Amino acid sequence: MTEQGNLLEVHELKKHFPIQQKLFSREHAAVKAVDGINLTIREGETLGLVGESGCGKTTAGRAILRLVKPTSGEVRFRSNRVPAAEDDGIDVAAASRSQMKILRREMQIIFQDPYSSLNPRMTVGAIIAEPMTVHGLAVRRDRQSRVEAALAAVGLRQEHMRRFPHEFSGGQRQRIGIARALVLDPRLIVCDEPVSALDVSIQAQVLNLLEDLQRDLELTYLFIAHDLSVVKHISERVAVMYLGKIVELAETSDLFAQPKHPYTEALVSAVPVPDPDFHADRILLEGDVPSPIDPPPGCAFHPRCRYAEPICSEQIPPLRDFGGRHFAACHLAEKLTLQAIDTGENTSEDATDDGGASREVA
Amino acid sequence: MSRVLRYIGQRLLLTIPMLLILLTVVFLLLRVMPGDPVSAMLGGRNISAEVLESYRVRLGFDKPVFAQYGEYLGGIVRGDFGESLRTGKPVLQELFTRFPATIELAIWGMLVAMIFGFTSGVLAATRADKLTDHGVRVFHITSFAMPLFWLGLMFQVFFCVKLGWFPVAGRIGGRLAFEFQSITGFYVLDAIIHWDGRALLDILSHLVLPAITLGIALTGLQGRMSRASMLEILDQDYITTARAKGVPERRVVLQHALRNALIPIITVFGLQFAVLMGGAVLTETVFSWPGIASYLVRSIEARDYPAIQGSIVFIAIFISLVNLIVDIFYSVIDPRVRY
Amino acid sequence: MRRSKQPRNSEAALDTTPRSPLAALFLWVVQVVSRSRRALQGQTILKIGIVIVLAFVVMTVIANIFPSMNGYDPALYRDAPRLEGPTLSHWMGTDQLQRDVFSRILSGGYASLIVAFSAVALSMTVGSVLGWISGFAGGWLDRILSLTMDAIYSFPSMILAIVLVAMFGSGIMPMVWAVGFVYIPTYFRVTRAEVLQVRETTYVEAIRAVGASNTRIILRHVAPNTINAIMAVSSFNLADAILTVAALSFLGFGLPPPAPDWGFDIQNGQKFLQSGAWWLITFPGLMIIFLSLGFGLIGEGISDLVNPRRKRKRKKI
Repeated sequence: MTEQGNLLEVHELKKHFPIQQKLFSREHAAVKAVDGINLTIREGETLGLVGESGCGKTTAGRAILRLVKPTSGEVRFRSNRVPAAEDDGIDVAAASRSQMKILRREMQIIFQDPYSSLNPRMTVGAIIAEPMTVHGLAVRRDRQSRVEAALAAVGLRQEHMRRFPHEFSGGQRQRIGIARALVLDPRLIVCDEPVSALDVSIQAQVLNLLEDLQRDLELTYLFIAHDLSVVKHISERVAVMYLGKIVELAETSDLFAQPKHPYTEALVSAVPVPDPDFHADRILLEGDVPSPIDPPPGCAFHPRCRYAEPICSEQIPPLRDFGGRHFAACHLAEKLTLQAIDTGENTSEDATDDGGASREVA
Repeated sequence: MSRVLRYIGQRLLLTIPMLLILLTVVFLLLRVMPGDPVSAMLGGRNISAEVLESYRVRLGFDKPVFAQYGEYLGGIVRGDFGESLRTGKPVLQELFTRFPATIELAIWGMLVAMIFGFTSGVLAATRADKLTDHGVRVFHITSFAMPLFWLGLMFQVFFCVKLGWFPVAGRIGGRLAFEFQSITGFYVLDAIIHWDGRALLDILSHLVLPAITLGIALTGLQGRMSRASMLEILDQDYITTARAKGVPERRVVLQHALRNALIPIITVFGLQFAVLMGGAVLTETVFSWPGIASYLVRSIEARDYPAIQGSIVFIAIFISLVNLIVDIFYSVIDPRVRY
Repeated sequence: MRRSKQPRNSEAALDTTPRSPLAALFLWVVQVVSRSRRALQGQTILKIGIVIVLAFVVMTVIANIFPSMNGYDPALYRDAPRLEGPTLSHWMGTDQLQRDVFSRILSGGYASLIVAFSAVALSMTVGSVLGWISGFAGGWLDRILSLTMDAIYSFPSMILAIVLVAMFGSGIMPMVWAVGFVYIPTYFRVTRAEVLQVRETTYVEAIRAVGASNTRIILRHVAPNTINAIMAVSSFNLADAILTVAALSFLGFGLPPPAPDWGFDIQNGQKFLQSGAWWLITFPGLMIIFLSLGFGLIGEGISDLVNPRRKRKRKKI
């Protein structure tokens, strides 16, 4: 079931959190944090996953790693270490405990908050070495050299091993977190907004580090973020999430050059472009993000969509293939020409002439 | 309003299992403990096997545990706490007779604690880190370390024996005790109802020392809490706003800050009440105050098993009720709690 | 071993699993001591408290090993005048059995200290372990345990202790069980509250992502981060325990005579209240107050250390 070259394939992954109902109610409401997403990541690739806060991207990342048990769906991972894995990988969501333990070595995570992701009572060296202890790998001396290697890889010095997390800055702590994720030689790393909590100047450093590591260690990333400009820089492909569903999935350049979903259009319009001659309509969405407990009928975005038509409130749009690995979930995708920004070449044509997006509704 | 009712319902639903668990724990401790409770109760003196056995039957120890448990719970629900081995009277009745004395003492003790504890804490907060603050904090810490029975005795030695200002024991003096007709059980109230100034004075003089002694039990707690919460409040933006508007400091404190400082204290009222009951044991013993706490101690000394059990159950039920009422009251004051 | 926060060689820095429990304990103690010395700079309250408590402990130990240290045996002396107030030869007076009060004072802390420490150790162990398990596991286990602990906690500790001691008999061990039982909910609550917090932190999630077992998580991550709170509570607990033990002795459940005991002596003194023999009551009481105060100061000192609001004033560690 997994294509050649795909490290990870996610099929219809759902995670619903049931809400505690009052004592005698029959209904079971649930927060539909992740409501059926499909994506694939090739080996060595970086897939960006973007969306507003609360869209479910963080939950998706955790569900894929099974830090949170998926409600339904499949997460196929082409593991090298699990003995029983068939050619098309093993379903992480259904794996046994012993299989999970092996899988954990291949799938790791980097967290958003550098201040709470490190145990304040452990030395940096102990933090980085702990994964090895958990898996019973390596003798003391070996462990030490691997910790040293990990520290060097992220640009920290050996003597930092003996220090405690509170002695480091945010950027450095994030590096420690990265070092910890690397020490087991994983193949897939889920980066859960790793730079959102850092100063902008530090963000660039950490991003560059992540890119270098990907190149040197042949890593595959699922890069979760809410900032499109960050994602644009590091990802080959981008998936856009809204209210638990993926609304668009494309190569990065395609996403920005030809967005096919109105939500993507709005997000893209907010990305700053370093060109003084480029004027784009900043598209402001009205209204608030609806609650994931009770999403709107049909397309979840339709109450805020400036192009909405009756069909949008009746049927849920499926994620359709528009060729060139570009998918979008919008009934009107063929009809609309949405505003784009350039990843570099032409600036004037599309946006400035009309003074805004050219939207046609046939 | 319906939210409040719903909260009351929820709380009741919570109180009943908790009370049940408490009563079960009491049962386990009193009846199921390793070793023989009956001979432990009788103090391990040389008692003949027959007498031991007769006690055992009388107290119901010969029956299987579950039967005992059933009888125990059944008795509680019916209001039958058994009869005192000492006096032969129904335990519940004796408890009810003595109950108002303890309550009256507790109320006055609480007042003392508020006067000495709460106000000192607030005062200390307004003069934070100055000499007054440090002095008051020392006072609070010392109150925590104060053995109540010792304090009561010291009061007795100096104020009763040496100086003769106050009576040593009891609620009301010799001759008056015969003449005084109590209606509510709360002597102060009764004296006012009778419009009897002389009795009132006598009763109050009997109250002073025990109330202060008991009040010390809570002074440290209230003092420290009120100081801490006052400090936090004074730091808040709305206080700074009031000051910036030119409101005199005294009004800032009294009107704006005080009410909010009171809230944490109300929240832990249940806890305070438990402390009061514990302190009452010592206070009532020292001052021969005829309340339920001293009744418990007497019963223990006399190995009066039904009375012991009955007193504990009574106290447990009473405390649960108090907690329930306080929680409901608090939910009325603070809307956030209801959710 | 070098007394600094950083272990000498980098290998020791990596040592996440010490070889034996004893080594682990030793390592922990050394860490605590070395960190304390630096952290205690300027913590006057804490130091005073520690000094007081240590003084009492030393005094009691010595006085119980050498009872007649000051020339008078606390249990037996018979040549003294009866019921006399403080004089030059008897600094704190004598009681009705012609015993010297001062020597009774010196050794009288025995029951209090032993019971207090043992009982608190007992409660701490049982309460904390239950709190860790309950807080971490959640679910119905947590609900039932919490409800039970809340029920016991809401009941007056003094009354519970008295009843327990009445059931168990008097003496040191029964008091330890009784007082130990009564304080279990305190530790349970504190520990459970901390566990709930720690459980949600990202670093616990991180080590879960690595695949660590729950046991490992509790022992290596959750428990150590709850120690601060436990320490602070213990000191206050000890202060309270001293008072409870004294009260129990006062009511007659402590050590049998003629063993010197502060609480017992106060009860004894009560009989002579009317005749104004204040010294029988005053001095034992003062001892109780000071010892309890010592523990209380330690508790204040510890919570000052840990309280983030105060960190403004402290020097950075």
